[in-house]
Amino acid sequence: MTPEIFERNLLQSPPRTQAWTARLVIENEEWLAVRQGVVQPIVAGENAGAMITVYDAGGMGYTATSDLSPAGLKRASEDALEWARRSAGRLCWDPAQLAPLEARGEFRSTAAKPWASLPLSGKLEMLQDHCARLKVGERIVDHEASLWHTDAETLILGSRGGRIHQHFQFLVPELRAVANREGETQTRTFSGGRVARQGGLEVLDELGFHVAAPRIGSEALELLDAPDCPAGRMDLLLAADQMILQIHESIGHPLELDRILGDERNYAGTSFVTLDMFGSYRYGSKLLNIVFDPGVPGQVASYGWDDDGTPARREYVIRDGLLLRPLGSAVSQARAGLQGVANARSSGWNRPPIDRMANLNLEPGNSRFEDMVAAVERGIYMESNNSWSIDDSRNKFQFGCERGVLIEDGRLTRTVKNPNYRGISATFWRSLAAVGDRSTLKVLGTPFCGKGEPNQIMRVGHATPAALFNGVEVFGGAA
Amino acid sequence: MKARFAEVTKELRALLRGDEAFLASFSGEEADFARFNRGRVRQAGTVRQLFLALDLVKGRRHVTAQLTLAGEREQDRARLAATVASLRERLSFVPEDPHMLYSTDPWVSESLGANRLPEAGAALEAIRGRGEGFDLVGIYAAGSMHSGFASSLGHDLWSSRYTFHFDWSLYHEKDKAVKTSYAGFTWDAAGFERKFAWAREQLAVLSKPPVTLSPGHYRAYIAPAALNDFLETLSWGGFSLKAHRTRQTPLLRMIEEGAKLHPGFTLAENTAGGVAPAFQAQGFPRPERVELIGRGAYRDCLISPRSAKEYGVPTNGAQASETPLSYDLAAGTMPQSEVLPRLERGLYINNFWYLNYSDRPRCRVTGMTRFATFWVENGAIQAPVSVMRFDETAYRLLGERLSALTREREFIFDANTYGGRSQVTALLPGLLVEDLTLTL
Repeated sequence: MTPEIFERNLLQSPPRTQAWTARLVIENEEWLAVRQGVVQPIVAGENAGAMITVYDAGGMGYTATSDLSPAGLKRASEDALEWARRSAGRLCWDPAQLAPLEARGEFRSTAAKPWASLPLSGKLEMLQDHCARLKVGERIVDHEASLWHTDAETLILGSRGGRIHQHFQFLVPELRAVANREGETQTRTFSGGRVARQGGLEVLDELGFHVAAPRIGSEALELLDAPDCPAGRMDLLLAADQMILQIHESIGHPLELDRILGDERNYAGTSFVTLDMFGSYRYGSKLLNIVFDPGVPGQVASYGWDDDGTPARREYVIRDGLLLRPLGSAVSQARAGLQGVANARSSGWNRPPIDRMANLNLEPGNSRFEDMVAAVERGIYMESNNSWSIDDSRNKFQFGCERGVLIEDGRLTRTVKNPNYRGISATFWRSLAAVGDRSTLKVLGTPFCGKGEPNQIMRVGHATPAALFNGVEVFGGAA
Repeated sequence: MKARFAEVTKELRALLRGDEAFLASFSGEEADFARFNRGRVRQAGTVRQLFLALDLVKGRRHVTAQLTLAGEREQDRARLAATVASLRERLSFVPEDPHMLYSTDPWVSESLGANRLPEAGAALEAIRGRGEGFDLVGIYAAGSMHSGFASSLGHDLWSSRYTFHFDWSLYHEKDKAVKTSYAGFTWDAAGFERKFAWAREQLAVLSKPPVTLSPGHYRAYIAPAALNDFLETLSWGGFSLKAHRTRQTPLLRMIEEGAKLHPGFTLAENTAGGVAPAFQAQGFPRPERVELIGRGAYRDCLISPRSAKEYGVPTNGAQASETPLSYDLAAGTMPQSEVLPRLERGLYINNFWYLNYSDRPRCRVTGMTRFATFWVENGAIQAPVSVMRFDETAYRLLGERLSALTREREFIFDANTYGGRSQVTALLPGLLVEDLTLTL
């Protein structure tokens, strides 16, 4: 299937109504892994289908199908129309508020070293090598290196002539070492498993993938001998690979406008943020500057248009600590009467778009890493998330990391295991005391953000420096 | 759908060359989804999806393709031919797989459910009509779910189910809500009405001013839906042979130190009592029952074919993730009617939320209370409780601090729809615990 054939098949008998959109998604993916020196079953995926959405007489309906023949698409159009008629007069929003798709354009990820530039045998050889270098001692009881590549192409067509074609390359590299001695098991990974990017194999060079394995293995072993993280209220310095989780859970999700409007209350939850807070609420200290930025080259959720066809633009969400705008797409904006962002996104051809994070980034500050450490008399530095839990209003949270290092009298001293911390979103960001400069910035992201009914898994990006927080409740493991 | 899969199998057989073999797993569904907010429709539609996982095998080498099928003969025939050619080309680049294991004893099985589902428009109207005047939010999902497995050796396995699931909440205000679900094979207006009446009753209590608790230790009743969340978290490696052998299981203390749960705690993977197919993706049968924990002691792991080969033990038909599909926790002896009197003073927790490990090797889990969690005094529900965080080990919650399990059990359909509609089920009692640690 190609976008051109899809377009031809669809237009043989387009939906019998004045307003419709059709979204084709073709994903070709490959998952390669070497575990304990053994090449794991190689999986190649080809996932193609389309969703047709119809607006008719005040109703809205969709049908998604993997039958992309003229007859299959015609049947889908008719079924979508039937749903539009069923829902007419029963919707909680007015489809007339959604501007018809008229935009036309193209977006394409850049890949300096395309996935295909290295043959399968070369990729497996590379993973064999990295996997072997993870096993730095006998107490490494499991170790694995993997690459997951996806070539994703979307075409959105609209009844008013809109046509948006986007072509993405996604890469998710992973390294994992598990160390054990008797009743203690500790795991280190490549940035907590949250490294999703756009691009080709050059991403591996940029992220330091090729040199990371021995360090990851050694740190897993080191954690076996480390004492538990101490408990108490102290300063907390978070590495970029934990900051992305902190931003994601306690800024990103509570600012999603569909949560605030109540759509997610039965599943992902609501938000402590209310509509009246935008423009006046102090979300964090003056050092907090958060941007929605779908234009960062190589970041995983960069795109030209969202799945409703709204052009994507960089927008400040929080500036100097002040809450400015929600993460809400065109439909939510119309319902709430607020300006938002272009973030109607779907996980694939078989799910309708909803409000999602895309790239949600913390702007770098001007503190060097050494200066932030030096500013702490008693505290802890935490790296790489391994546990996350937050209430359904996105307020009371508890997060855990793979590795902690004590900070004593301005110096990093001993490694500690099982570092955890807890807090409340509404006050936590006000304790932001320093934001790292560009030297601490990392462009990261996750391919696994879950939300929506029916459920959807989404790729979201976070670029962030390290950051320092004052007076946080931290603690370690043990019963 | 079954006929189409039989055609696919026939076409695959014709595409093989020499000593090649294939394993083909099929999953398909036609699902209606209607999403509600404030008693009205937010989004509604139908998803028709057909997926094939095809493993091409030659000796000890194999490669897998996962592809969507159109369900239309000509499109699928071309795609199958291209896929087999591509897999054949890749076979020469992959090494032998020492852990490959698939069923070499062909067998035939067919389980066909009856379609007694309501027409989509009628279900939509029943929900919308009943939700009028209420702040109702949730999702209705209904339709067919098909699973199949076939191989060039002669396996011919098929399962079809037709189920609906209405997973919904009634809101009082802010985060104060009652969550429930109504699921099954046939829509029964009286059954739905009973569920709705129960939710309305609890909603009335939610309108009282909430109690805010301080961190500390509290007696608690954990309802089956909340317990289900906890058991799902335990299943992140807790019952997996691979996780046990690599010491990543959260139940590490049970295998290293012989730690035990409450003697009344007997948990099984009860395939016979669930709705998931009785076969798995390498063609092995899933036994009717595998006891995971018996009278508080660790019994058996779920063993996928791959783990079986790696660790030199027989498989028990587990899927690759080695997680249960049909949880069955033995009933206790406490009548449901005695829950409140025996709790006397403490928390009545209907739902947990967002559980995760705070110390995995010691099986310490943190999470939140959510939806209708109530404060109980003098054996009666008094008021809703503002959401609280707990942080507790399984050994305390399901072991030393567990005082009783209810005699009645609830059958829970998993509402998960990631990728497709879940076929995971759970048959669970409620738990009365002496001490739950709240931290925030």
